[in-house]
Amino acid sequence: MTEFLSALVSQPFLQMSLLAGLLASLGCGVIGTFVVVKRITFLAGGIAHSVLAGMGAAVYFGFDPLLGALIAAIVSALLIGWIRLNWKTQEDTLIGAIWAMGMAVGLLFIAQTPGYTSSLTSYLFGNILLVPEQDVWFMGILDLVLLLIVGLFYRQFLAVIFDEEFARLRGVPVSFFYLLLLCLIAVTVVLLIHVVGLILVIALLTLPAAIAGHYVHSLGWMMLIATVLGSSFTIGGLAISYSPDLPAGPTIILLAGSAYVISAIFSHYRLKRRARQSLSMPS
Amino acid sequence: MIELQNVSFSYGLVPVLQQINFSVEEGEFLGIVGPNAGGKSTLLKLILGLIKPQTGTVSVLGKKPTQQRTQIGYVPQYPGFARDFPITVEQAVLLGRLGSGRQFGRYNAADYQAVQDALNELEAQDLAQRPISALSGGQLQRILLARALVSEPKILILDEPTANIDMRIESDIFDHLRELNKRLTILVVSHDIAFISDYVSRVACLNRTLVCHTTDALDGHLIQHLYGEPVRRVAHVH
Repeated sequence: MTEFLSALVSQPFLQMSLLAGLLASLGCGVIGTFVVVKRITFLAGGIAHSVLAGMGAAVYFGFDPLLGALIAAIVSALLIGWIRLNWKTQEDTLIGAIWAMGMAVGLLFIAQTPGYTSSLTSYLFGNILLVPEQDVWFMGILDLVLLLIVGLFYRQFLAVIFDEEFARLRGVPVSFFYLLLLCLIAVTVVLLIHVVGLILVIALLTLPAAIAGHYVHSLGWMMLIATVLGSSFTIGGLAISYSPDLPAGPTIILLAGSAYVISAIFSHYRLKRRARQSLSMPS
Repeated sequence: MIELQNVSFSYGLVPVLQQINFSVEEGEFLGIVGPNAGGKSTLLKLILGLIKPQTGTVSVLGKKPTQQRTQIGYVPQYPGFARDFPITVEQAVLLGRLGSGRQFGRYNAADYQAVQDALNELEAQDLAQRPISALSGGQLQRILLARALVSEPKILILDEPTANIDMRIESDIFDHLRELNKRLTILVVSHDIAFISDYVSRVACLNRTLVCHTTDALDGHLIQHLYGEPVRRVAHVH
């Protein structure tokens, strides 16, 4: 741990990693809360995994993989959203198909790119220690866009997430905001790629918000706590993995996963105890 | 206020409503009754503009239903949200203000005032800061009603508002509706014809694919025809 702290002071690359982790945590705290409460983890998973198609294409054609990821994420978000809105009967099968086909396309592109196969694992599992400075800037801009859109349309998002039919009756363009929400999820997925890689994105997107949901009863608090938790997991995972030279992504995920399991058990028993107490109290 | 002309609707091959003509006048308290699966909820969805009839026209305040949604307050049979959604009563009711007032950013003082007034009117002001997961069935029903009222609608539409709560709270809710009827036109769907006959000013019967009469002349004989039992006799006194 002390090695990590002294390295953090002396090594600019580690500071970049930390900054990237914090920027990603902000996105996943805010959007992850929407995903958890709306129960669309599967949709988010579909978006996350089909992103590989865009990254593969970017590598093959020689442009920035993060830009490729963003484009692919938005396209698959719109496609998945369109399926969800118009094709409900086969929704899960179709999303599963997009999920797998996106990955397949990405793998084919990467296989056809000479000399690039080594970078595959860093897309799949992340490599937070090697985040280029320009990508950190890019992540910062994505965070800003995300917060701006959520800030402006918070009520509409809440309405759509809470009760779609009622939102429609109040004149909220539900389909538009639903698709916009999926696009924001797409942006968040891109934010998380460097940190944990796209295979593990779903965990960091949903676990901090799910833990927060055990304890608070408003979306705002969930977002705040999820952001703080996400940051802690990222920094903690980074610190734990640094000295023994473990991959940071899986360490972060295991940390988040363990915290989630402990929290789930704790809140389960807390609920039971409260139920008992409410019975023993004179009403 | 509401007018349906020759309206027919079917889900797939199953006709749910056939050739429906009826209108609702201002200030009415109209009950729509009929057996389960008689098309009552479908009729409401047509009036709300959530679905379109295959034939015929629906108009609300002289326009298409989709253009008049802000004039209608709607209380669904089942809440369209998860009961464990992390939201307070106040925030949930505030969502009823969407569509009236400004669209960007935060709620303003008028929005909060409207919520306060609606909760006061329904004697639910104490519940404002509670999470909705902590509400009983009867309390939830009042909150749904409050959410429908905060947009200051001209018409109130309720789908089985008391299907899941006990008798005492049921009459409580209907007492509130009677009070609201002084300023609102109310349309309420129920399968419990006996109960609502104490409150409504007119009853329309809907059964399966066919519409029973919806005229002012509707009386016990028609309902008797529909249900096969004399209904006036069932109209109970507590």
